[in-house]
Amino acid sequence: MSGGRGWVIRGWISPASYWTLAVVGLVLPVAAWLLVSSSGAINPVFLPGPSAVVHRVAAWFDDGDLLSDIRISFFRVLAGWALSAVIAMPLGLLIGTFRRIQALLEPLTDFIRYMPAVAFIPLVMLWVGIDESAKVAIIFIGTFFQMVLMVAEDVRRVPMAQIEAAQTMGATRAEVIEKVIIPSAKPALLDTLRITMGWAWTYLVVAELVAANSGLGYAIVKAQRFLQTDKIFAGIILIGLIGLAMDQFFRWAHRAAFPWLHGRN
Amino acid sequence: MAGIIRCRGVCKIFDSRRGSVPALQDVNLEIAAGEFVTIVGASGCGKSTLLRLIAGLETVTSGEIEAVGARVHGPGAERAMVFQNYSLYPWLTVMGNIKFPRQLSVHNRDSTSSDVEAASGRADALLQLMGLSAVETAFPAQLSGGMQQRVAIARALMTRPRVLLMDEPFGALDAQTREVMHDLILHVCALEKCSVVFVTHDVEEAIYLGHRVVLMAPQPGRVECVYNVPLGSTRDQEMKHTREFLHLKGQILARIRDTCGVRTDLELLQKLSRA
Repeated sequence: MSGGRGWVIRGWISPASYWTLAVVGLVLPVAAWLLVSSSGAINPVFLPGPSAVVHRVAAWFDDGDLLSDIRISFFRVLAGWALSAVIAMPLGLLIGTFRRIQALLEPLTDFIRYMPAVAFIPLVMLWVGIDESAKVAIIFIGTFFQMVLMVAEDVRRVPMAQIEAAQTMGATRAEVIEKVIIPSAKPALLDTLRITMGWAWTYLVVAELVAANSGLGYAIVKAQRFLQTDKIFAGIILIGLIGLAMDQFFRWAHRAAFPWLHGRN
Repeated sequence: MAGIIRCRGVCKIFDSRRGSVPALQDVNLEIAAGEFVTIVGASGCGKSTLLRLIAGLETVTSGEIEAVGARVHGPGAERAMVFQNYSLYPWLTVMGNIKFPRQLSVHNRDSTSSDVEAASGRADALLQLMGLSAVETAFPAQLSGGMQQRVAIARALMTRPRVLLMDEPFGALDAQTREVMHDLILHVCALEKCSVVFVTHDVEEAIYLGHRVVLMAPQPGRVECVYNVPLGSTRDQEMKHTREFLHLKGQILARIRDTCGVRTDLELLQKLSRA
């Protein structure tokens, strides 16, 4: 029976087997990639090998562009995402708390969020120009409207009993929001920030289509023009690694900030 | 005895997309100071709605409710409520939950340092009274359902409410835990001298706890009748086997069956079993 224990629906596995499987899951595709590319069956223009990509990253670093590309992309993503968060948090809180504001803003937000962010590029260039703020604006458009709706949903998920208990203890409306709704929604809000940070990174390439001359997204677009497949791979993988690191950071912050959710015993 | 809660001609109609649903019709009820009143009835009889109206969490369609000498316009600290579950704050420890009302401005107006000390003393006393001393620093998620409800009751009592409103507070607990909670709540409420309105679907619970049992009936929700419980003010588990207790229980259960609108149709049952 021990062979079947790992297949219990939502069953438990040991940390050791978790990490083993996670490493296998990451190494296996790389191994397959290595195998296929070194077999010579595929032209390296279509599929460069891992070593070519690693060399490309090293060369990129030696040129001195890599770190500045990462830095500028990081700044753009962070700025667009933070700007969204600063506006989406209070707005989502209001939408999730007051039905009038929900009725006023939610259908509008639903409408706008289906508009493709890429299609806003010409408008952004017209309205904002072609400097840094244009790239930040594209990332903002890509993340903001989704974020508002997710924050509103996080706020709506606060159990009514928690709110009503505070009311019967004599809490004012402002006190219910400050002392119950916000602390109760905080863990979900941090998850929303984590998820939207991922989306902000996916809009980077789009944002750097706008008259950029630096950044990871720009490097990918430029490499495409010169058919430098290995550099495209390098850029994509770097963005993935940065995203993975950010995600792990958010997960760590979640555990650190909300011990009551994780400290089960 | 002066009524601490008075409901006069209370009607409640819920408006929904499919039309309006009458939840309560002409409810008249008076509850005396220090009294423990339990409300039972088939589902849909409006017993929880009545409690929420008294708490001020819903508003009456017509009629009026008076509590502690003033007309009810919304929730107030003199009418604390204990919910069936999910009302504790998971980010606060047991002590943090019990002291939560102290964070609110109503309980802090012109409070002096001696008030703060007294409140802290009260929190400690409630912690001991409810048998929670050992879990003072635990988070709610680490506690059993019964312990969580003890915290909810201690928190509700923190600000010395005149009325304690309880909406099936032990409904999610197992039978043994529920019995322990019954004796605990009787003891605590006698000590605190607060009036209690207690909604339940468990007739035995209603008789064991109540000085009076209010039986409500559905369609439309109304007070069907009120029973005086012929047991003294101190109760013990043995009383559940006395003739008076069993007789009243049978009487109330029969009445609930009559009012719930479901008839056992023997002919139909026979047809079904033959088919």
